[in-house]
Amino acid sequence: MQPRTIIEKVWDSHVVAEKPGAPTLIYIDLHLVHEVTSPQAFAGLRERGLKVRRPDLTFGTVDHSIPTTPRDLPIVDQVAAAQVKRLEDNCRDFGIPCFGFHSSHQGIVHVIGPEQGLTQPGMTVVCGDSHTSTHGAFGALAFGIGTSQVEHVLATQTLLQQKPKTFEVRVDGALRDGVGAKDIILALISRIGIGGGTGCVFEYRGSAIRSLSMEERMTVCNMSIEGGARAGLVAPDDTTYNYVNGRPFAPKGDKWEAALKLWRQLPTDEGATYDKSISIDASALEPMITFGTNPGMGIPITGAVPNPGDVSDPVERETLAKALRYMDLQPGKPLLGHKVNVVFIGSCTNSRISDLRNAAAVMKGRRVAEGVRVMVVPGSQEIRRQAEAEGLDRVFREAGADWRDAGCSMCIAMNGDQLQPGEYSVSTSNRNFEGRQGKGGRTFLASPLTAAATAVTGVVTDVRRLLNGQVHGA
Amino acid sequence: MDKFTALKSRFVVLPIDNIDTDQIIPARFLKTISKEGLGDQLFYDWRYEASGAPKPDFVLNQPVAQGRRILVAGDNFGCGSSREHAPWALTQYGFRAVISTSFADIFKGNSLKNSLLPVVVPRDVHEWLLANPEAELNIDLASQTLTLPGGRAVEFPIDAFSKHCLLEGVDELGYILQQEPAIAAYEAQRPISVNTLAGVL
Repeated sequence: MQPRTIIEKVWDSHVVAEKPGAPTLIYIDLHLVHEVTSPQAFAGLRERGLKVRRPDLTFGTVDHSIPTTPRDLPIVDQVAAAQVKRLEDNCRDFGIPCFGFHSSHQGIVHVIGPEQGLTQPGMTVVCGDSHTSTHGAFGALAFGIGTSQVEHVLATQTLLQQKPKTFEVRVDGALRDGVGAKDIILALISRIGIGGGTGCVFEYRGSAIRSLSMEERMTVCNMSIEGGARAGLVAPDDTTYNYVNGRPFAPKGDKWEAALKLWRQLPTDEGATYDKSISIDASALEPMITFGTNPGMGIPITGAVPNPGDVSDPVERETLAKALRYMDLQPGKPLLGHKVNVVFIGSCTNSRISDLRNAAAVMKGRRVAEGVRVMVVPGSQEIRRQAEAEGLDRVFREAGADWRDAGCSMCIAMNGDQLQPGEYSVSTSNRNFEGRQGKGGRTFLASPLTAAATAVTGVVTDVRRLLNGQVHGA
Repeated sequence: MDKFTALKSRFVVLPIDNIDTDQIIPARFLKTISKEGLGDQLFYDWRYEASGAPKPDFVLNQPVAQGRRILVAGDNFGCGSSREHAPWALTQYGFRAVISTSFADIFKGNSLKNSLLPVVVPRDVHEWLLANPEAELNIDLASQTLTLPGGRAVEFPIDAFSKHCLLEGVDELGYILQQEPAIAAYEAQRPISVNTLAGVL
């Protein structure tokens, strides 16, 4: 057999039907649903009189529109409350397990899938959310879908898909102190642009990727979509198996051994080729930060804002100029030292326990700068409890930060956690689009370390200035 | 799904690259459980002041743009989230086609399922459109051509299956449901991972 990439292996093992004149029908192993993109799909099922084919392969939670205030308080926004109730009702009516608003396992859908052991190597995973790419960290082919496709998967457990192209992202070398997973992915996107991976699935490889923890790999895979790729994955290894083993939904006993045998066959064969390839030297990376209104507009934190005058293509030039007008930034100036109003630490990109530990290590014994609002939002109830058991909540509170309950929060600003017009934030989330974190708000995307450093100084800060050797990576 | 066969219209231009779904419809409008009523929220933050008054300089608020059913936008249109609310908002506003040099994957797939035609054109055609904003265009799906005034016909790509669904006005789910025997056969010979949730729950 021809050598194959892991992307082709997972694809090939999920082909249900290939008919002339139609895309390939592929099987879906895990379908995650949340409150925002599913109600119209369930309504479609009801209209057609269809059932959910495999409720046992479907899992629900609420995350996008819920408040991050304590869970004993009601959802004040009645439109959001109705949407949350609709998801819980739909899951009950169709027999789908659901970690609802009051569940002690509730969390951001891309945080709880891995946390519960639902996400496993070699799976196909879909969700009506573009950051489904997160689950690729386990060697799963995981991608976001629209609401029509949510309905297709609910009804048939399959999807019509065109076979994706393969895109090798090699990251070799040792990361320097203060530089981590978020900086790798922001650096990649700044190089290829936010449309660079369109039509492709990334495979992240190389020594720097191998040395990342599962949580760090999730951060990298999470933002594959910001590079235009619907999915990005990392071949599984012992780091993966050690993470999955023992989790509630992971296979047990003989099933675990059988699964391991299959999973060990997943990594890309020697001699397999990719449609595209890029190589990044991890040892040369600096902490990254975005200056503009898409995640591709990123620079090393010591860099300067680019000049639209240097861009030859007129539409590209106007796109950059428009971004700088929106952000109210001057070309050629550094971002370092730029005042911020808000720091947001959270989202499916960076709300896991290691992210919170990194942020807490920087903030411990320091105070949030005067006039800065800092929100720390854990990705799940389990992470919240773990952080509280470790005393991280006390570190954040004593520094003057706001310790919240789990949800998407200010990443998407659907729930009232938002920037005011004109405010600047450093955020650990994944999108800096105009108004993404609140109408008129201005977002600089960065790592939890950079966000924490900025929280205590009040201005965009190079975390390496504050490190005393106690924090490595991010 | 509504049929799409042909379209004759002038166009509206948004000459910006990477227009993301948060601009097409801001996330705060996604709390709805319905597909309806989204046309008024299209490009909301570009289109309206905080007071709700229309911004006079935004293209959709200009008298000349009214009734135009084609949007011409910059590269990588529809990047960002998977929200199908984006094509719902565009079609409910009145657009039936978007022309660009490229589209984000998820947006393109969502559009094709909602009778909104994504038309990819070469850069020189795109530049011609930007330079001739009053041109009337003809789009014919069967022949996959965009015809400019003066008769220049530009072929555009579309996969055969989506084209069939649009021309006939049928959605994909009907086709997938007919594949039930293949799905059942696949499940019967599945590797173990498919059963990992069953048995634990």
